[in-house]
Amino acid sequence: MTNRIDEPTGTEFVGHEWDGIEELNTPLPRWWLYTFYATIVFAIGYMVLYPAWPMIDRATAGTLGWSSRGDLAREMKAADAARAGMVAKIAATPIEGLAADPALMQAAVAGGAAAFKVNCVQCHGAGAAGSPGYPNLNDDDWIWGGTLTEIEYTLTHGIRWEGADQTRANFMPSFDGAMDKAQLGALTAHVLSLSGKGKPNAAGAQMFADNCAACHGAGGEGLPAMGGPALNDAIWLFGGTGADVKKQILKPRHGVMPAWQGRLDPVTIKMLAAYVHSRGGGQDAAPAAPAAQSAATTAAATPAQKANPDG
Amino acid sequence: MADTGDLERPVPPAPQGRDWAAALGTTPAPKPASEPAPETDAGFMGSALYEKGKTVHNKRIDGPFRRFKWLVMLVTLGIYYVTPWLRWDRGPYAPDQAVLVDLANRRFYMFDIEIWPHEFYFVAGLLIMAGIGLFLVTSAVGRAWCGYACPQTVWTDLFQHIDRFFDGDRNTRMRLDKAPWTVGKTARRLAKWAVYLAIAFWTGGAWIMYFADAPTLTYEFWRGEAAPVAYATVAVLTGTTFWLGGFMREQVCVYMCPWPRIQTAMLDEKSLIVTYKDWRGEQRGSLKKAAKNPDAYGDCIDCNMCVAVCPTGVDIREGQQIGCITCGLCIDACDRVMKDIGRPRGLIDYATLEQCEAEAAGAPATPAWKALLRPRVLIYLGVWAAMGAGLLFMLGTRTHTDLTVAPDRNPPFMLLKDGSVRNAYTLRLRNMEARPRAMEVALEGLPKGAVMWTEAVSLENAAPTQVVTVDANATRVLRAYVLLPQGTHAESFAFRLTSQDEQRESDVAQTTFAMPEND
Repeated sequence: MTNRIDEPTGTEFVGHEWDGIEELNTPLPRWWLYTFYATIVFAIGYMVLYPAWPMIDRATAGTLGWSSRGDLAREMKAADAARAGMVAKIAATPIEGLAADPALMQAAVAGGAAAFKVNCVQCHGAGAAGSPGYPNLNDDDWIWGGTLTEIEYTLTHGIRWEGADQTRANFMPSFDGAMDKAQLGALTAHVLSLSGKGKPNAAGAQMFADNCAACHGAGGEGLPAMGGPALNDAIWLFGGTGADVKKQILKPRHGVMPAWQGRLDPVTIKMLAAYVHSRGGGQDAAPAAPAAQSAATTAAATPAQKANPDG
Repeated sequence: MADTGDLERPVPPAPQGRDWAAALGTTPAPKPASEPAPETDAGFMGSALYEKGKTVHNKRIDGPFRRFKWLVMLVTLGIYYVTPWLRWDRGPYAPDQAVLVDLANRRFYMFDIEIWPHEFYFVAGLLIMAGIGLFLVTSAVGRAWCGYACPQTVWTDLFQHIDRFFDGDRNTRMRLDKAPWTVGKTARRLAKWAVYLAIAFWTGGAWIMYFADAPTLTYEFWRGEAAPVAYATVAVLTGTTFWLGGFMREQVCVYMCPWPRIQTAMLDEKSLIVTYKDWRGEQRGSLKKAAKNPDAYGDCIDCNMCVAVCPTGVDIREGQQIGCITCGLCIDACDRVMKDIGRPRGLIDYATLEQCEAEAAGAPATPAWKALLRPRVLIYLGVWAAMGAGLLFMLGTRTHTDLTVAPDRNPPFMLLKDGSVRNAYTLRLRNMEARPRAMEVALEGLPKGAVMWTEAVSLENAAPTQVVTVDANATRVLRAYVLLPQGTHAESFAFRLTSQDEQRESDVAQTTFAMPEND
């Protein structure tokens, strides 16, 4: 078979023509052809060594036994191994000692941030800002105490968690039926007055001293050791309007937080505590007394518990 | 191309010189246009499947363009091999290598200039200038990049000189190529390839020196302590230089490189190209033939010198082609021949197609530089120069202090127990000087009572300003809290960063202050 020859180049035509433009059969260089053969050889080798041919339920495995899942497992294992030293160090350090080593603290906060996104954001929000009924972890208001030790304890044992023996628990009684409407109004006004919102009144003050001060403190400053929330500040877990306060007096709500002991390992819990503490509202442990963990017997909160939001 | 006519004009008398074609040992037989491509296999169904590579054995030549090529090679290779070894004192906090691409620390050092990642627009600007520069060069002097400065051209040239050193000039090399593989030939080839490999290795080795301290890296390299990527890079570059420079050569230009195709599209009738003035050269014929019948022959004596010296093996007399890198060696060759036979130079010359046409029509030859002064060249030059001036201006006015602020978005604000509102910000403080500097961060535009503190400074020490130290050549990421007391209000404000030294460099970053809605 011979085709016509293109005069200027001396190359034969292939025979294809588009709008008068014809294709020449220019031979490609030999090295190019050999490169093409090399790719074929490579492809054959690849198909033998690696997963290649799709079968009914899976692809051929390849003689190397490589898989992307295997790669992932290897990488995860390597990452775990790389972290092992730091994890062991965190495990061996008492939580209040973390701050002494900035690198250790930084690692703990980073690890806690990752664990927080998996386990905590469902209630406390992605930015740990909470929502009505779910405490904000960024502020300087701590119902159960804001030192590293106290946060770790809350995480470990939970709050009002039935499955944990040492869980933090308190229950505000319902005052539904215990007071009439006027008394309720007076008490609400007094509670709001503690934070400068309502009108102070003697009747309300008397009722507060009789019924509330045991847990919330004489001035409404709260009692973190027993989980008595402060009422004299700008932060309200269930809302800070008069209606919200009345509702809580008559039909108190009680938040529940699961105990994470057994679900998360102690190091993760420690890292979570470090992360929460680092959010801007963490408190320093009182140097003299190790922070109370169990139900405290002491009276009203002392100035030592004062917020120190220097994160 | 211009008309070939005007064979009537007087042909200079044939000199008493040699027959150049015979003297040079070149093959004078003109290639008929319709001759099929040589050395193709019989192939599939009668059509050629591939074409065997033809080695270009280019002849040694001397002349102005050859000397210019030597100069360009000397300068470009000199820059490439020597630059990483230049030292530049930047004090104790920065490397002392004059040109260094420090990928690990994300810094690019070039003598007195230090580029940070956020200033990458300088590099982008330089790349755009390089792009426009190629357009400028192409529109002004055609494929000068291909002919003189392209690394493929420079290294090919170098390797061709190695060939000449080991195997002699064109004819000897051609004979040797065809000779059987005797011990002598094998030894010659091995020696030549060893030199190829040494140059290739040196080329690959020089490349990595731009990315690390050259003396240290050299020491580590030979002790086997350098990073694996260093060895891999050297291996790849050694391999490609050996292969592309030693063996592929003009094949890269003809088959692999996109640039000849782009340049082909950018050339027009006003572009300088290497042109064979066929109206003057045709009809080709040897001196003997011309002596017998002077009127029938042009200036071209068909000595084939232009083909013999061509580094890509093209015949420029066939007109413009992708293989012609416009290096001008054929001009050198032809001018020499013309001088020896007493005919005017410039049968092959740099000229635009427009000039050629005018010349063919009888106009006097135009000097090549006149092709430069045309709007397209001037516009490219203007754009190129404006970009360069803009970059220089920015380089001159940039400060070595920089501040960026990102407010926390979740949560946007935080209500504290006492009713005050706290916002959190991530500040990035850049100290682009090669010494640690104290810097003051101040709040601007917030009501009285607003304070800030950081992780290192507790709330008790909160104040409207804080002073922090930023390490030399470093960015410090600072988490800062800003607190507005109860009863005050703000929507936006600014952080001002001021260096606490004699420069008092300053940068301001505007940001917002978020507050609860009912406050």
